[in-house]
Amino acid sequence: MPDLSCREFIQFLDDYVDDTQPAEVRAEFERHLKACPDCVDYLKTYRDTISLARGACAADPSAPPPDNIPDELIEIILKSRSDGCA
Amino acid sequence: MNEASHRDTLDGESLVDGLRNGDGNAFEKFVRLFAPRAMGVARRVLRNEADAADAVQDAFISAMSSIHEFRADCQLATWFHRVATNAALMKLRSKLRRDVRSIDELTPAFYADGHRVGPKPAWAQAPDLILEQSERCQMVQEKISQLPEDSRNVVLLRDIQQESTASTARQLGVSESVVKTRLHRARQALRSMIEEELVGA
Repeated sequence: MPDLSCREFIQFLDDYVDDTQPAEVRAEFERHLKACPDCVDYLKTYRDTISLARGACAADPSAPPPDNIPDELIEIILKSRSDGCA
Repeated sequence: MNEASHRDTLDGESLVDGLRNGDGNAFEKFVRLFAPRAMGVARRVLRNEADAADAVQDAFISAMSSIHEFRADCQLATWFHRVATNAALMKLRSKLRRDVRSIDELTPAFYADGHRVGPKPAWAQAPDLILEQSERCQMVQEKISQLPEDSRNVVLLRDIQQESTASTARQLGVSESVVKTRLHRARQALRSMIEEELVGA
């Protein structure tokens, strides 16, 4: 098998990150990583991106919903529907 | 209402049927159950009470115009969380006057020999060492808001709400292979936008 190129490494990086590749393909990716600092960096920053996205927008499922919703807001939303807006 | 009966109502088909049929009581129940969580999401993204309230209103307008797309085998709470997050991100994008970015321009280019064009210097330090947590969240929220809608939806469901590929595909009405391709390209685009911020364009 010819050596993996950076293009192929990045093209299938999601399968590597999600660990859905057959063992021999994963081994090929790991060989590429040993020889290619650019792809080591790409892999790290790709993973950082996923965790940054999660950290920025994920809801904490254990957090109770806020209880200080203005009644006025609920009324506006309910009224907007009866006015045909929502 | 206790937590168990809340859950019954959240996932109850009758609520969705009522919303689809334009039943005012179902809409009121939907608003009272879901507005608090929508407000939590909107406050987190917008950090301003008036903007957050606008985003919550937008979320319900958007939900009612797309309730016909809601799939019965998905959870209403999961679906509405994505709708509410999207509404908050859209409000943020318009407030900051940012444009949607092209995914094609943000995915890596390669030379004929397969090497990546112009790798940037590595992110010298991890983002959490450069930016305070709130600045970091704000920057990443802004970048997510600039993804095209199809890409943003996949990131919201897969990476943020941590839904499976199969569930994401069902909710968006596309194949699993489309979800995988869109997600990988969206992550690469988001990575490039964050890199522009940290290292420079």
